Amino acid sequence: MIQRQTIDASVLPDHAFGSRSIMWWATMTIIAIESTVFALAIASYFYLQGNEETWPPPDTALPGLLFPTINVFILLVSLWPNEMTKRAAEDMDLAKTRRWIVVAVLFAVAFVVVRGFEFTRLNVSWDSNAYGSATWTLLIFHTIHLVTDLMDSLVLAVLMFTRHGDKPRRFVDVAENSFYWYFVVLSWIPIYVVLYWVPRWL
Amino acid sequence: MSEGVSEHGAHVASAKPLEEHFKKEGTKHSPYSLPGDEILHEQLEKTWSPAKGPFRFFMQVDHKILGKRFVVTAFIWFGLGGILAALMRMQLSRPDNTFLSADQYNQIFTMHGVTMMFLFAVPIMEAIAVYMVPLLLGSRALAFPRLTAYSYFMFLFGGILLYTAFFLNTGPDTGWFTYPPLANPEFAPGKRVDVWAQLVNFTEISAIAVAIELIVTILKQRAPGMSVNRLPLYVWSMLITSFMIVFAMPAVMTSSFYLASDRLVGTHFFNPAEGGDPLLWQHLFWFFGHPEVYIIFLPALGMVSHIVTTFTRRQVFGYTAMVLSQVATGFIGFGLWVHHMFATGIPALGSSYFTAASMLIAIPSGIQIFCWIATIWMGRPVWKPPFLFVLGFIAIFVLGGLTGVMLASIPLDLQVHDTMFVVAHLHYVLIGGAVFPLFGVLYYWFPKITGRMQNDTAGYVSFALMFIGFNLTFFPMHKLGLIGMTRRIYTYHPETGWGPLNALSSIGALVLGLGVIVYVLNGLISWKKGAVAGSNPFDGPTLEWATSSPPPEYNFVNIPTVSGHEPLWHAPEHAPVVTGLSTTEKEILITRTFDAEPDHRYTMPTPTPWPFLAAVATAVMFVGGLFTVWAFVIGLPIAGIIVTCWFWPTTPRKEGEAPA
Amino acid sequence: MRGIQSALEPAGPQAEQIARLWDVFLITAAVVWLLVMLFTIAALLRRRPEIVPNAASPRVRNAVIAATGLTVLTLFALLTASIFTTRGIASVPDRAIQIAVTAKQWWWQIDYDDRDKSKRFTTANEIVIPVGHPVTVHLRSSDVIHSFWVPSLHGKRDMIPGKPPSTFTFQADKPGVYRGQCAEFCGYQHANMSFWVTALPFPEYAKWVEANRQPSRIPSTHTQRKGQEVFMNSPCPLCHTIQGTPANGKTGPDLTHFGSRRSIAAGTFPNRRGFLGGWILDAQHLKPGSQMPSMTLEQGELEPLISYLESLK
Ligand code: HEA
Ligand code: HEA
Ligand code: CUA
Ligand SMILES: [Cu+2]
Repeated sequence: MIQRQTIDASVLPDHAFGSRSIMWWATMTIIAIESTVFALAIASYFYLQGNEETWPPPDTALPGLLFPTINVFILLVSLWPNEMTKRAAEDMDLAKTRRWIVVAVLFAVAFVVVRGFEFTRLNVSWDSNAYGSATWTLLIFHTIHLVTDLMDSLVLAVLMFTRHGDKPRRFVDVAENSFYWYFVVLSWIPIYVVLYWVPRWL
Repeated sequence: MSEGVSEHGAHVASAKPLEEHFKKEGTKHSPYSLPGDEILHEQLEKTWSPAKGPFRFFMQVDHKILGKRFVVTAFIWFGLGGILAALMRMQLSRPDNTFLSADQYNQIFTMHGVTMMFLFAVPIMEAIAVYMVPLLLGSRALAFPRLTAYSYFMFLFGGILLYTAFFLNTGPDTGWFTYPPLANPEFAPGKRVDVWAQLVNFTEISAIAVAIELIVTILKQRAPGMSVNRLPLYVWSMLITSFMIVFAMPAVMTSSFYLASDRLVGTHFFNPAEGGDPLLWQHLFWFFGHPEVYIIFLPALGMVSHIVTTFTRRQVFGYTAMVLSQVATGFIGFGLWVHHMFATGIPALGSSYFTAASMLIAIPSGIQIFCWIATIWMGRPVWKPPFLFVLGFIAIFVLGGLTGVMLASIPLDLQVHDTMFVVAHLHYVLIGGAVFPLFGVLYYWFPKITGRMQNDTAGYVSFALMFIGFNLTFFPMHKLGLIGMTRRIYTYHPETGWGPLNALSSIGALVLGLGVIVYVLNGLISWKKGAVAGSNPFDGPTLEWATSSPPPEYNFVNIPTVSGHEPLWHAPEHAPVVTGLSTTEKEILITRTFDAEPDHRYTMPTPTPWPFLAAVATAVMFVGGLFTVWAFVIGLPIAGIIVTCWFWPTTPRKEGEAPA
Repeated sequence: MRGIQSALEPAGPQAEQIARLWDVFLITAAVVWLLVMLFTIAALLRRRPEIVPNAASPRVRNAVIAATGLTVLTLFALLTASIFTTRGIASVPDRAIQIAVTAKQWWWQIDYDDRDKSKRFTTANEIVIPVGHPVTVHLRSSDVIHSFWVPSLHGKRDMIPGKPPSTFTFQADKPGVYRGQCAEFCGYQHANMSFWVTALPFPEYAKWVEANRQPSRIPSTHTQRKGQEVFMNSPCPLCHTIQGTPANGKTGPDLTHFGSRRSIAAGTFPNRRGFLGGWILDAQHLKPGSQMPSMTLEQGELEPLISYLESLK
């Protein structure tokens, strides 16, 4: 038989965080896809706006500012428990991870509840005109991401309290999930500006 | 790591002439073997064994099983799409023909376009990648195997939905790009357009899922030493294609979402009466639609590079130029969409930019053609069928590309837009540019996938029939377009003078169809009866040839390392290998993103029915969505529960991968 | 084999310029394709040394670079030619004749505009223009997207509902009849949505215009009078207008001067007795899906009806 060098993989770790892990890359790809969806939805919004003399169109009230603005604050504050969860997970500290992921989930729940009120104050129906259609769709797109991430966090939170929790792979998942939350927050800011301020400025 | 192996150069010298290679083809063993591989082999076979039992069809996660299924399924849709094409050619073969009614023709040409674009061309490119990419990278699996399974079932269900609807006389009938307001509920009552929108949802989800897997696999699961500058060209093309999918598919998802909601819940995106705009659809659709054609075309370019390398016995000339050209095509491809909309009368200045960009993209295409010709020039051609398909590709694609340049010119496009000239262009580039390389590469990789050789004589015959038939079918269409024949018409009058050329074209379609049938039969018969192939019958240079044919479940006993573009032509017997991955768990090696140094191990999931169930839930939701929006309200939570079960770890020992 | 609807048979300056541009592109493309084939064949068949050198030879590299450079230059030349032609066909003279064309599923309504309201008139599926005079068409759609295309005169232009009319200008330099056809898929009968453009010397054109400004002819024979009666008592007037009679429906084509038209049903059939009779009785069979219903007539009503319609010169 041929004599050859070998590289022993058994000494390598069985997990990795951040850009070393395949989950991180998958999350990044998904974020790229969803950013494109948001960008296109915003572009469509402006495209339809360009056809109108006034925006919102005549006889359409402006969307309410109160709830979305509350949500901006909730989201910004939520960055803190989220970051703490991520760090705890990266340290593979089970107790801390459990504590912070619960706090992070609570923030997400609060956000979703306020989002519910937001829908009631859009002051236009999706089927009244194209402005209404674009507004509702943009908000629905963001809500889908929000709810998906909430479900994901909930499942992970439950998982962390079961016997499956204390595994390196689970910690990687938690860290990636927190990473995704940043995207939910970051994407909300431009959408907030487009939905609630653009009609006031234009 | 690369002692005793020269860097670039010396490929031709070390590569034996093919005929000689055939004679001594007893090399069942892998060039990356070690003493004691037999024991390892037995253990790995147990650990990686595919699902067994009556329900195995629904549980497989192996990329080769799924990839094969994907290819076969895509071919079935191709066959159906081809039969529809034959019906169209029959109808158009003479003026005032009444073989098909207007309603039938409109459904058939739409079904043909939709089938070919969404159910054949894109999926088959991804299907082949699902099978081949892990092998080309020297990895044991594709990242996220369960997602592959989910993706396959979504693809399957989408096609079944489309054809069920078609046979219930509810096939979409507004063209593959389904322009509103023709597609608005006002002008398209019934469910036909909704079927189109849901089919798009199925296939986009499937395509995006595979794109994610391919990106992650290519970036993280390469054999040690396969730094990005040693990535095989086909893998490069799949990487770029996958990124294009990531940025293009959202556009069609968004637009089909708008269309479905206009039809289902009364939004007004495309309704001009309420501030909507039909042109918004065109922008969104073509922002997807143009990249889409390069999503079909780029993988084909990668395939051509591999065939050219193997059958000229030398490395492709200008590796870096090739890669950069493909990257450039990927980028520029997103800046051309308006060239499908010149006739809408958008301002001339803006559209001239799109003319310039469309012409710009001819440069990277040209560079690649020139590099292949240079490779042939310097190499030693081996006249096997795959190589002939590549030569056919050059002849046909260059012509199609040149008609593309004509279409990019606004004045010319104003004349030939929406005529048979465009139909000629699109078939020249799609069939010549993508289907010919595809048929070539399937011939080339056939022994790897099935373990058997195809019959070369049948291969030559099918090539000749296809090449002649193709040109007979589509060349006359250029002229037809110029003398006024618009596309998508089910009939025409004799005094238009379009009869003779159409008859010629229909005869050509017959020959072309015959060629396809010979090719498919050759494949089917050889699959059962072909001569047994060794591990590397064509003396290919890349890693897929370093394992037996067909490959074992775990692909490679020892993970190879590479130090050049053509590892198997560089004394692979001396290359180091990676050992020490678990034999009791489905472990794979994750390497670093750029230099592909070993980084960590990762465990892959075992067979599971959850992806299938998730696909069923999604399918029920989408089909329900044809009728009521409540299907989504109810369906999403159910899908959520199933996906949670999918990712819920079974036992701490055999935990699954995390949510993707 | 050139055909009656051919971009290769230009009859006016716009189509002419495009046809010349086509020649430039065609010749360039042919040369490029032949060169590529030549080099491919040479690469395949050339005699090679026993041992092929491994390194890429500088000659080959230079050839590839040169080919790339040539490609860039060629494309630049084509781009320039294209942009000049775009400019050339876009110029709008100000004394053009204004005609409004409204596309409908699946026919064309043609409105001749005039400052003087009483001089406006409407016709269908046939446009008459003077030779040597620029004509500006104002293109609109009342339902889905259609596309206006007369290859011998100019390229095509989409007609998009909900947008202001899209205008473009062309001119015919030779008298003749040019066929046009809807180029954008617009549903069921997209295939049967053609029209004619007739270019007449100016005096004849003026005569035609004058004739079309008149209300319809009064039926002069007994049969024609009977036919008019049948028309007015059937559902026809709900959809069709005949100036000078009570019929003023707007859904279908204006029939005021129907008898002078070349074809019926948007270029689907020649305007002859047999076809006309068939069309009236069985439109849904001859052009399925069209807005024209198949009519049921009493015994002996069809002949007079046809005679009346034919008399509407
Ligand atoms: C595989 C798919 C594929 C590919 C690769 C291409 C390639 C190109 N296409 Fe094509 N195209 C389609 C698929 C494709 N197309 C389809 C499906 C449609 C119709 C959709 C529909 O309406 O249904 C379409 C329609 C289409 C249109 C719209 C036509 C219309 O509807 O009016 C235009 C207009 O610009 C266009 C342009 C081009 C150009 C410039 C290229 C370039 O990329 C070509 C570049 C390549 C070359 C030029 C040849 C190689 C180069 C050399 C040998 C160098 C020397 C060359 C020169 C000096 C010129 N295409
Ligand atoms: C990859 C894409 C692809 C492919 C491969 C083809 C293949 C063919 N196409 Fe198609 N075509 C399109 C993409 C494609 N087409 C698109 C996008 C459109 C535009 C649609 C629109 O306007 O909306 C179009 C439109 C189009 C038209 C214009 C319709 C119109 O505008 O009125 C025509 C007309 O001749 C045509 C013909 C053909 C023919 C003869 C083939 C032949 O190559 C087919 C040859 C194959 C066969 C004849 C099958 C034979 C095999 C078997 C029978 C064996 C069965 C095997 C199994 C079941 C495994 N195509
Ligand atoms: Cu009107 Cu096609
Ligand atoms: Cu394009």
